[in-house]
Amino acid sequence: MENRFEDVIGVRASLSDVSYLADEGIAGIVYLADRLGKPILVEGPAGTGKTQLAKSVAEMINARLIRLQCYEGLDESKALYEWNYKKQLLRIQAEGGEDWGEIEDDIFSEDFLLTRPLLEAIRAEDPVVLLVDEVDRVEVETEALLLEILSDYQVSIPELGTVEAKQVPLVFLTSNATRELSEALKRRCLYLYIDYPDLEREREIVLAKVPEIDENLADQVARIVRSIRQLDLKKSPSVSETLDWARTLVLLGISKVDAQTATETVNILLKYRTDIEKAVKEFADSPDGLDEDEETTE
Amino acid sequence: MAITDSELENSPLLELLGGFIVELREAGLPVSLTENLDAMEAVTHIPLEDREAFKYALGATLVKNHTHWKAFEVVFEVYFSMRGEEYVIGSGSEGSDSDDNQEGDESALPGQGQPQGGGGGGMQSLTPEQLAEMLFNALLNGDMAMMSALARQAVIRFAGMEPGRPVGGTYYLYRTLRNLDLDGMLEKLMEATKSQTSEPVSQFEERLERDEFLDRIEKLKAEVEAEIRRRLVADRGVEAMARTLRKPLPEDVDFMHASREEMAELRKAIYPLTRKLAVRLARKRRHGRKGPLDFRNTIRHSLSYGGVPAEPKFRFPRPAKPEIMVIADISGSVASFARFTLHLVYAISNQFSKVRSFVFIDGLDEVTKFFEGVEDIGEAVHRVNTEADVVWVDGHSDYGHAFDVFWERFGRDLGPKTTVLILGDARNNYHASQSWIIKEMKHKARKVYWLNPEPHAYWDTGDSIVGEYTTHTDGCYEVRNLRQLENFVEKLV
Repeated sequence: MENRFEDVIGVRASLSDVSYLADEGIAGIVYLADRLGKPILVEGPAGTGKTQLAKSVAEMINARLIRLQCYEGLDESKALYEWNYKKQLLRIQAEGGEDWGEIEDDIFSEDFLLTRPLLEAIRAEDPVVLLVDEVDRVEVETEALLLEILSDYQVSIPELGTVEAKQVPLVFLTSNATRELSEALKRRCLYLYIDYPDLEREREIVLAKVPEIDENLADQVARIVRSIRQLDLKKSPSVSETLDWARTLVLLGISKVDAQTATETVNILLKYRTDIEKAVKEFADSPDGLDEDEETTE
Repeated sequence: MAITDSELENSPLLELLGGFIVELREAGLPVSLTENLDAMEAVTHIPLEDREAFKYALGATLVKNHTHWKAFEVVFEVYFSMRGEEYVIGSGSEGSDSDDNQEGDESALPGQGQPQGGGGGGMQSLTPEQLAEMLFNALLNGDMAMMSALARQAVIRFAGMEPGRPVGGTYYLYRTLRNLDLDGMLEKLMEATKSQTSEPVSQFEERLERDEFLDRIEKLKAEVEAEIRRRLVADRGVEAMARTLRKPLPEDVDFMHASREEMAELRKAIYPLTRKLAVRLARKRRHGRKGPLDFRNTIRHSLSYGGVPAEPKFRFPRPAKPEIMVIADISGSVASFARFTLHLVYAISNQFSKVRSFVFIDGLDEVTKFFEGVEDIGEAVHRVNTEADVVWVDGHSDYGHAFDVFWERFGRDLGPKTTVLILGDARNNYHASQSWIIKEMKHKARKVYWLNPEPHAYWDTGDSIVGEYTTHTDGCYEVRNLRQLENFVEKLV
């Protein structure tokens, strides 16, 4: 198998070319995934760029992104493949006189196969990145569907035999950790935890994603967000919320955040009433600051 | 430069990795054989000089649960920390690698004029005052390289480490930090920034400034800690050190003996835990058994099969939700246990039709109202601890009297749907047990469970009379850590 990446530094640089600012851990694990031919299981708080990582990697290596969004009740026919039974019926009705054996061979051929994301990723000729999003949403039993693909990059279809991958695709699985994933699944993956970024990286992200912002403001935004994350909150502000906030500040033409503006716009960062109250109390020195409803839209 | 397989086989690295993985398993991390092999393969793909990449390669292949990351980091630091002459205890040499990061520093002070890269003698000759001043400036300017050099110097000077002395790293850490007086440093830093800017600083900005400095001080502390650890490893060897540093994973931390730091960890762990539990329970309810046949729905769907009821439809099951009463001892020794249990029960309160809670020491008070319409359970639990009226005579646990009060005031509210949870260690200070009340409760209620935060071996020793109570209950469970608590609550629903 050809290696996609030269070294870790290269991965990091080309990721930042597609404006995804990876830290060393992220870049290192993406690099390893390619070398070891293993899928990456990405966990972390919501809105820290788990899905975006897969998208950016796809963009970086010019690959097609195939996405399987998981949900409760996802099954084989939605994830792997399905026989196009309507077409099969038509086929049988159209030529009644034929020998049954021939028909049977015919209707269980590729023409009647509907490929779903997983099979599609396996059979793809062009470079692909497979993203299995929010894998923790499927039931434990359904997880087993993924195992064959993740370890051997093949799918067994009883009527057709085993379909093997033409190339080992890069696979990303994301999880919000609403439940513990099975040992078997974890064992097959490299594990990557994407946490909230540290001050410097967050500032870089803001600068990269909100180009109109000036450096001082970006720095302030990153600092305030860090301070807010230190509070004991139900839901800390995510990176995407930080970006929304930064964009809002730019739109409002604010060049320097003071307590007043922070209080007025905090509901972009925080989504629970108690969290907002807590933050506002922290910003303290504006007594009339409780009025957060005067919010401008983005 | 990546190393090849054959090089790996002959290198001492393989042996070191083997020991490392054994230690991870000892620390409680589930490392399987395949993961072990993956790790071995992964390190062949990365340049060994790159310590960070090495760490992430091992982390990604061996640690599949984020709460285990901390434990992993400690073991990693011990096994793969920088080693060499300069870390031997007693040798005062130190190599600073900060060269010219003093540029642009307007407020240069006497101590800072010296060249930093001088190694050995550079910092040795400084007076403690000069050292403190340099530290102050490094913190003020966020000069990381300088901070780590100073951390090293501080450990050499203040920790007073002696070779072979069987003292844990915490002792040295404490000694070093006490001499650095970081709290005083923070105030000084705040004042320095205030005097630098001419315009008045708002409270808001001041707070941000303070957070920034706190962050830097934390980094300095971590630096000092790492330095001490490096020296201890050099002195005592890897395995002995790993053994001393071994700590329980967050889900295994004992409620009754958690340090303040571990408590903070536990509090952090409880949010994701409750969320996970709630999702799991909700799923279980939905996927339990199928309800009775839904006749109308079946007929409606049969239309697409020409009137043949090919696809029977069932109603959703609606299993009755239990009603919960929690009676918790919140006296000193078991308070934190009660706090976590209350927190957990309320966090999943939508799994129950009703939750009422009572707390006692020697008096008993209902605290249900504290939780009503409250979004922040942590806050409510805090109010329980401060506002509930639970002291009757002397503020020492008296289970007998507390049960008396409960039976008198709330006993009639018990019904066949109620499940009662009693939390406590049953250390009754030799008061009357009044265990007949528990027996009566069991008659009236659906289930009565007792949760004891003490290890099983301590039950019924000293003034503990848990045995006497639990003969009347439906079960008594040892619940010493989050893992056990989670298991119990899941069983309950």
